[in-house]
Amino acid sequence: MRKEYVMGNGAIALGALAAGLNLVAGYPGTPSSEILETVAKYPHDGVHVEWSVNEKAAMEVAASASYSGARTLVTMKQVGLNVASDPLMSLAYVGIKGGMVIVSADDPGPISSQTEQDTRMFADFCRIPVFDPSTPEEAYQMIQDAFDYSEKYKTPVLFRPTTRVCHAYASIEVKDEWKAKEYEGFVKDSKKWVIFPRLSFANHAMIEKRNVEIGDDFGSYSMNTVEGSGSKAVFASGISYCYAKETLKNVPDVKLIRIATPHPFPEQFVKDALDGVTEVMCLEELSPYIENQILRLAGKYHMDINVRGKQTGDVPTSGELSTNKAADILCDFLGLEKTSQVDVSDAPALPVRPPVLCAGCPHRASFYAVKKAMTGRKSYFCGDIGCYTLGNAMPLDMVDTCLCMGAGITMAQGFHWVDEDGVCFAFVGDSTFFASGMTGVVNAVYNDANMILCVLDNSTTAMTGHQPHPGTGRNMMGQFVDKVSIQKVLEGIGVKKIVTVDPLDLEASVAAVKECADIRGVKAIIFKSPCIAITRPSGKMEISEKCIQCKKCIIEIGCPAIILKDGKVAIDESLCTGCGLCSQICPVGAIHDAGSEADKASDAACACSNAATKAGKGGTVNE
Amino acid sequence: MNKDILVCGVGGQGTVLASKLIASAYMANGETVHSAETIGMAQRGGSVTSHVRMGEAYSPLIAQGGADIILAFEPAEAVRNLSYLKKGGIVITNNVPVKPATDSLMNSGYEAQPMLDYLKGKCDCIVMDGEAISREFGSAKFYNIALLGVAVASGRLGLDEADIISAIENGVNPKFVEVNKKVFAYAMNM
Repeated sequence: MRKEYVMGNGAIALGALAAGLNLVAGYPGTPSSEILETVAKYPHDGVHVEWSVNEKAAMEVAASASYSGARTLVTMKQVGLNVASDPLMSLAYVGIKGGMVIVSADDPGPISSQTEQDTRMFADFCRIPVFDPSTPEEAYQMIQDAFDYSEKYKTPVLFRPTTRVCHAYASIEVKDEWKAKEYEGFVKDSKKWVIFPRLSFANHAMIEKRNVEIGDDFGSYSMNTVEGSGSKAVFASGISYCYAKETLKNVPDVKLIRIATPHPFPEQFVKDALDGVTEVMCLEELSPYIENQILRLAGKYHMDINVRGKQTGDVPTSGELSTNKAADILCDFLGLEKTSQVDVSDAPALPVRPPVLCAGCPHRASFYAVKKAMTGRKSYFCGDIGCYTLGNAMPLDMVDTCLCMGAGITMAQGFHWVDEDGVCFAFVGDSTFFASGMTGVVNAVYNDANMILCVLDNSTTAMTGHQPHPGTGRNMMGQFVDKVSIQKVLEGIGVKKIVTVDPLDLEASVAAVKECADIRGVKAIIFKSPCIAITRPSGKMEISEKCIQCKKCIIEIGCPAIILKDGKVAIDESLCTGCGLCSQICPVGAIHDAGSEADKASDAACACSNAATKAGKGGTVNE
Repeated sequence: MNKDILVCGVGGQGTVLASKLIASAYMANGETVHSAETIGMAQRGGSVTSHVRMGEAYSPLIAQGGADIILAFEPAEAVRNLSYLKKGGIVITNNVPVKPATDSLMNSGYEAQPMLDYLKGKCDCIVMDGEAISREFGSAKFYNIALLGVAVASGRLGLDEADIISAIENGVNPKFVEVNKKVFAYAMNM
């Protein structure tokens, strides 16, 4: 054994490897992405690692490998489970052979997500077990246990860490080496592996009976624990257990009951733990899952017990908990004195820091080109999931809707059908296009919609940490593979008008948008320019004395690298990447590439003519 | 002994490296360490924090009122996170403000001095002259190492010069080890 200081996600990955993992498939999504990346980074002989095209594909790739006896891991964030729910619901009925663990990372807050959904509820809905780790140390062991339970009961199991567990670091003891499991291979048996109504009926009955057994089995699971004693009890699971421990570590007369396996609920274990208890507080994030289970038990067994939590207004119904929120709740519950903090109510007003597109981000240029081209025309701008959702911020203000992965493409069509006069745009990133955008384009062509698809192709999955995807020509097994061409996909679907343009060429981009807006049918513009985080900066811009302080560059594009220094427009050299978008906006040609003297000379010449013709306009902006 | 250190700043300033070096220095001294980082959307210019907890800890996050030291890369972020400071704790902050990207658009009127004045009135506070660092070393990228220098010199981290030097040697890209050591030594003597 040796010690490793790893993130919770790393602990999950190393635990899975220690359990004899054979295959891991997933789709990036905060807070889950580092799990699969950690498997790829450590020695993993005999393990297939892939970023699948989306979560549904990952689930299905893993399912058949698991039918063959292999141990498989599937990773995603909680909303990814919605995408993968179709195979998962059926898989729950069919069952598996080799251990199959599906990590669905929940995001209370939410910090980087669209929803505050609770994977524990999903487990209940699918009728499969779920494990809920509190710390990275625990997660390392628990995922190994999850594989064992999965194989023992021949069912896929869910494993749901939350953001604070995924992104916490701890020292864990890990095995020095591990070996992929030896597996039997697929044994054909259509009565077992082909889902039909009759099989589903029979298996449904089996599952309900089995779940009672699993609930009993979980009663002796080492991470379901009872600490302390008294007539008051606190229930906690996942990270809330850590928050509770911070307050209760020195409080003797209360029971702390931890539920590490929320489904199937360890009923007898909890019933025993509640012996002598008259009042409980359910400390949990997201849904009142444990609270409902206790209420159910109280009804079923006629227990005289006061159940408090979200439904009594003691615990917030949304947002994440914290050590302090938990302390407040528990101090009220137990009549303890609260600790005081530094009073900051008299602090000066703090600057607000909404996340913004990076300086030099090509998405800014794409949005700006569409905005310019559509000035004065009624337009709909359907956004999607990725960095480019940030195109909603002022001054761009170019995202009217954002719903879920790939939705922008189909929503643009809906707008068209209710308003044929509007120009309907969908903005989608390259990774999202592959994940769930392509079928939407087929829908548009098939139904003869009128829309413009803008693919913001930055050659990476930027928001989640720059993972490769089918368009990048690299995969997680370290292979260089054929790039899937977005252009050819669109051609194959039957999109007749496809333009590829560099968004940092403003004039060409605006022209492309105007051209497409005047053609009927499905049109596509591929704005192709790499993410600034994966390329070397092309240089720096600088502002010459010709600047008339009209601030048009600031007002129009809002690049973080253009700042006001002592009241004057200036370039923040630590941020500027030299993309040059600002220089194409400046009405007097005062912004140059700081790199080349030749550039400066020609720009200066150009600036003179610009200044002559546009000074009046610049002045107007200033007013 | 327990030590809770909250590192805060703005996405992109290098808070993660500072917290990693502190964590690895404690671990090299045989201490148990837990930490937590901000990852995700806030990394794009938002407020970010790293929590480093040495000694016994259940939650990976420091409680409000629990931090022995707040190591702030930016004065407003120090104020934003001040409720984390323990009574008797210390704030070590850079004095150079990072204006939000929206500031040039809608002038927020944010200036560093009122933040620094507020901090000094509220708690024990050491202000690092960040301008001097960027003047001397030509980049704002060195605030992370410089703040570590100031923190070690304050004697409040429970780490000495050699601990951080060896963490730099083991944890920083070899190309930048020498310059980081220079920055560290410079800041120690500020």
